[in-house]
Amino acid sequence: MAAAPGELPNPVPKSTSPGRRPSPTSAKTAAATAFQRHGLTDEQLVALLRTMLTHRTLESRGFQLNRQGKIPFASAGEGHEAVQAGAAMAFERGTDILVPYYRDLGLDIGIGLTPYEILLSLFGRAADHSGGRQFPHHYASRKLGIYSISSIIAAQLPHAVGAAYAIKYRGERRAVLTTFGDGCTSEGEWHESLNFAAIHQLPVVFLCENNEWAISTPLARQMAQPDVYKRAEGYGIPGVAVNGFDPVACYAAVKEALDRARAGGGPALIEAKCYRFLAHTTDDDDRAYRTREEVEARRKDDPVPGFERVLIEQGILSEEAAEQLKQSVLAEANDATDRAEAMPYPAAHDLYTHVYAGGCEPWR
Amino acid sequence: MAKTDTKAHAIERYGLSDEQLLQMLRNMLMQRQLDNRGFQLNRQGKVPFALGSEGHEALQAGAAMAFHRGKDLLAPYYRDLGLALGIGLTPFEIMLSIFARADDHNGGRQFPNHYSSKAAGLLSFSSILAAHIPHAVGAAYAIQYRGEHGRAVLATCGDGTTSEGEWHESMNFAAIHRLPLVMLVENNEWAISTPLHKQMAQPEIWKRAAGYGMPGRRCNGFDPIETYGAVSAALERARSGGGPTLLEGMCYRFLAHSTDDNDMTYRTKEEVAEHRKMDPVPRFEAALTELGVIDAAGIDAMKKDVLRETNEATDKAEALPYPAPSDLYTHLYEGAWQPWQ
Amino acid sequence: MAVSTTSSTVMNNVEAVRATLYEAMKNDDRTIILGEDVGARGNVFLITKDFINEFGDRRVIDTPIAEASIVGIAVGMAMEGLRPIAEIQFADFIYPAFNQIVGEAAKTRYRSNGEYTCPLVIRTPYGGGVRGALSHSVSIEALFYHVPGLKIVAPAFPADVKGLLNAAIDDPDPVIFLEHKKTYRLIKGEVPDGHYTIPLGKANVLKEGTQLTVVSYGLYVHWALDAAKQLEAEGHSVEVIDLRSIRPMDKTAILSSVEKTRKLLIIHEDNKFGGVGAEISAMVAEEALFSLDAPIRRLAAPDVPAMGYAEPLEHEYMSSPAKMAEAMRALVAF
Repeated sequence: MAAAPGELPNPVPKSTSPGRRPSPTSAKTAAATAFQRHGLTDEQLVALLRTMLTHRTLESRGFQLNRQGKIPFASAGEGHEAVQAGAAMAFERGTDILVPYYRDLGLDIGIGLTPYEILLSLFGRAADHSGGRQFPHHYASRKLGIYSISSIIAAQLPHAVGAAYAIKYRGERRAVLTTFGDGCTSEGEWHESLNFAAIHQLPVVFLCENNEWAISTPLARQMAQPDVYKRAEGYGIPGVAVNGFDPVACYAAVKEALDRARAGGGPALIEAKCYRFLAHTTDDDDRAYRTREEVEARRKDDPVPGFERVLIEQGILSEEAAEQLKQSVLAEANDATDRAEAMPYPAAHDLYTHVYAGGCEPWR
Repeated sequence: MAKTDTKAHAIERYGLSDEQLLQMLRNMLMQRQLDNRGFQLNRQGKVPFALGSEGHEALQAGAAMAFHRGKDLLAPYYRDLGLALGIGLTPFEIMLSIFARADDHNGGRQFPNHYSSKAAGLLSFSSILAAHIPHAVGAAYAIQYRGEHGRAVLATCGDGTTSEGEWHESMNFAAIHRLPLVMLVENNEWAISTPLHKQMAQPEIWKRAAGYGMPGRRCNGFDPIETYGAVSAALERARSGGGPTLLEGMCYRFLAHSTDDNDMTYRTKEEVAEHRKMDPVPRFEAALTELGVIDAAGIDAMKKDVLRETNEATDKAEALPYPAPSDLYTHLYEGAWQPWQ
Repeated sequence: MAVSTTSSTVMNNVEAVRATLYEAMKNDDRTIILGEDVGARGNVFLITKDFINEFGDRRVIDTPIAEASIVGIAVGMAMEGLRPIAEIQFADFIYPAFNQIVGEAAKTRYRSNGEYTCPLVIRTPYGGGVRGALSHSVSIEALFYHVPGLKIVAPAFPADVKGLLNAAIDDPDPVIFLEHKKTYRLIKGEVPDGHYTIPLGKANVLKEGTQLTVVSYGLYVHWALDAAKQLEAEGHSVEVIDLRSIRPMDKTAILSSVEKTRKLLIIHEDNKFGGVGAEISAMVAEEALFSLDAPIRRLAAPDVPAMGYAEPLEHEYMSSPAKMAEAMRALVAF
């Protein structure tokens, strides 16, 4: 159920029943024997799925609203649901800091941002955290520890490093999780940030959500060697790759890195390999630069139905419960949409606030 | 008379002839002499500023020997006096730059050591670290684009520059496009006062090459022959379409950053003295003597000749005029300089 | 400024920066200094000499050579509650950090609707006359004063250096603190002891006069003062205003002076086209047209990229008390 803005929602939804546990003697599929829960309880596993479903639902909602002419713009991270839900599960609320990028709706939801806050952003309402100033998907919440970002790729990374420096300087047992796409790793500031974090052994985890596309630029045009995590050695920090379609594996990798960072073990680079199923945003037409065949072929890795299948096969969720879960997510999205849509835009005079602590007039 | 046979413990010469070995030695001696001349002139109050490159002589002489004049391009930085000489700039051109005369390639506009020579293939650069590396990449792209086989770009920088975002962006692009570029990092362990361990957490710069998807290796920058071997192989690869290479030449900066720097504020005399033992200039003199390529008298004669040439260049350049005040306004655009038209 | 005038110390501009930074570091352990060569070397002008010994390398950080992240990391520190003072070694090196300054620091408060703020000081030496040539001499204020969300100050006197630097450090928003490198050792003055601030947006009338208003800042305000004294000896009364603060800028001081003298000469070291003088001219023309008895004049650098290394090029680019006196005479006689 949705929480009011500013209120931390209960991370474990009460509305879903976990379903029947598997009998020790029941047959297991090949996928089942490969399944590892990495210490997560059934509730947490279902919560992962809920985050992923919410992510998918809200982003689809954004596209819908755009097609209906109600909002000018939306972007989507279909394909990223697993890595973001998993990473969010590893994040310590009230402790850690998240410095995300503009495709991290699932991460934001996973660490406590509500669908209502998301929709306020999409609608550009006055009650939005940024007062309707920011592009959609540039969520920020001081309370949750989600940093304010711009649309400038990689600009947020030095901020994450600076925040990690402050944390270490004050001797706090906290960590910074910062995320970005494959394209971001080409930016000079990406390089400068990893280098500085490494020199000072800062508590920051760099998570690359490698979806193989930077708008129309495929990985092969972005870098000569496709494994981002391999650059970690050059900086002298640990680097690992993880299956970005497996939320539990992502959880485990991010948890290990964040735990280590919090304990003073320094930074790490994690590369979660996933895929971007949709175009970059509602203003992009990906038919111009990739084939439907490619996208369809990759769809078979879709982590949302994939994880749902795994949970059902593991007996952690029944088919009925899964259906209920989806309905609940949809209801929440509808409620958030209606409530946010009814809210007013910022007033014209709101243009002038928060330029400085004082007045905005340059002439005194 | 110097022997032309190598001794029993033959060293790898990468095909270098005796003449070429001597040419490298002369380059090193000339670099050191001109360096010192700049400092002298500064102390005499004749020039406001000088920047030294002591410690880099072997690395630069070796790299320059691998450079194909008339074909390759050099994108150096401000500590590359030896490379500039090695690819064909004359002591006179160097002194014109030091004295900021009108006849200098840059019309006296640039700081000393900011050489530029279209004829020699030396790309104009600024004092801004790493800013020249995307330029080198772009030039390499142009070469590849025009299908000019047998040409490559040699770009150089210090260890500090590898921290710059533009360095990273350039390496990445060069690798993606398999450009004819050799990135030679002259690791002298100091960036003004910043030692290597404050510049990076992992001290072997060449190891970053794998992350970019290009080959990388290290070489002993105090050994001009080894450096020649490494640079030569990398440039050949680049020229024949094999793509870029990251090379790291290890050396040391014996002097302060410039005449405006006091290195005793951040390192000890003992450390510098310890590294001085590896001074490549006397070491190469000794190596060539042992090889029988030159003897003590020959070295002495060479040094005297280098001094003579330096003195001539100094006198000739000093006698020339500064740029005129009206020269301020030229070469801003092709046409008029005024913003209001 | 409300400050006790009971005791003061004579010092030059570089000493004033150093003393002020030292006190800031002592009084607030959220203060962090970061930049190239600021630690072991103590800054290339020795401003932070030995700071690292007293405050440690956690608070005095020798950064890699990476200007974009020097500012960007400082932004992150500021967002997370520290009070960073980032140094860009020479203003000429600031361009890679342009986005972090203009696109990030300037917009942090605005885009987060006040949830996040960026209390950041960026200090950098600028200006010429020291044979610094193309990359160690530029003026950068025109590039940044245009940007809402930034504040820019350029004090010329040691007492102002201290007061404005303290104000910049206390300011909850990003401030670019410009230090003219030629005035570092050249300009000495009395600096009141104890902590004080000078509010941003307040100019200072250095010399009163009745026939001409001269507005300037940085090294040039000292030369303007010299030229004005020369004119005084010739029987002309020239008022000289030191802007001190470029954004925000003191409209009241400029307009009340112009209303009195009815003539305005703006002098700055930066290029003429689009320089700070352009905004001042536009403002005065908009608001005080009928107070003027002569066109507004600007004396500024020629519109070429920078001063060259060769002496005649630097000489041609830069102004001088004589050139300024010339311009003043012409306007007084108009």
